[in-house]
Amino acid sequence: MLHIIAFYLFAALVIASGAMTIMSRNPVHSVLWLILAFFNAAGLMVLIGAEFIAMLLVIVYVGAVAVLFLFVVMMLNIDFAELRAGFMKNAPLGVVIALVLVCELVLGLGAYRAGIIELGTPSGEVLLGETNIAQIGELLYGRYLFLFESAGIILLVAMIGAIVLTHREQRSPRGHQNIAKQNARRPEEATELKQPGIGQGVEL
Amino acid sequence: MIGIEHYIVVSSILFVLGVLGIFLNRKNIIVILMAIELILLSVNINLVAFSAFLGDLTGQIFAMFVLTVAAGEAAIGLAILVIYFRSRGTIAVDDVNRMKG
Repeated sequence: MLHIIAFYLFAALVIASGAMTIMSRNPVHSVLWLILAFFNAAGLMVLIGAEFIAMLLVIVYVGAVAVLFLFVVMMLNIDFAELRAGFMKNAPLGVVIALVLVCELVLGLGAYRAGIIELGTPSGEVLLGETNIAQIGELLYGRYLFLFESAGIILLVAMIGAIVLTHREQRSPRGHQNIAKQNARRPEEATELKQPGIGQGVEL
Repeated sequence: MIGIEHYIVVSSILFVLGVLGIFLNRKNIIVILMAIELILLSVNINLVAFSAFLGDLTGQIFAMFVLTVAAGEAAIGLAILVIYFRSRGTIAVDDVNRMKG
């Protein structure tokens, strides 16, 4: 009974906060609603026994991605009123496309309920009696090791790309003073003694 | 009892909300990126639900990879957004045609 109540609570909250994410006027509020949606989705996942993915969702999305969004929204000085100008103009097309998509999804679900589509057969070996995270560890560092490594490479490429895109050379306001170069300068290499003959100039 | 259909309905509603968000906020690329995150979240719910009800952990592994790609996509998208804002002073993207592509 509690399970069912919890499911409906999380499901209603995730849908409501998803709707508020796309509807709210202020993007800061959008990000906060998005965080609420992630928390409730994590709750939904805990309910069916996927604790590790749920914790990952909270840590990665709420801890990193949503905070990144918040930083960008708050750091850029953006006129959000101007950006909302086309909201009502675009609404009819968007609602029509959303309704078509809902109809397609309902049709697909109906086909599944009618028994045309079957669930697949399990392929990963489920180790009974282990915790969820231990089983995921077995699979991730065993059968899917190369996929795991390539996911790491994707993250590395994304990190380097973001740094390269946004990095700016720091310029001091008083020109380019290179203190190390100044300190390394010696009189011998900076000055030169010449003994010009009488009536002759110095060639520099 | 909560079956797989309940989870599929929740994730499809979330998916449609994400698509609707892209259409409603055509100018504001920050909200477009958030709508894409919503879509990826709904896909993750779907994968985890199928994984749990099928008794196969592969779906959860795949959800982790979706999570990885979503994090990378958000980082790169926001970086592009920041440099675009620096050069143009606005993030209205409905008429981005600088590259004439």
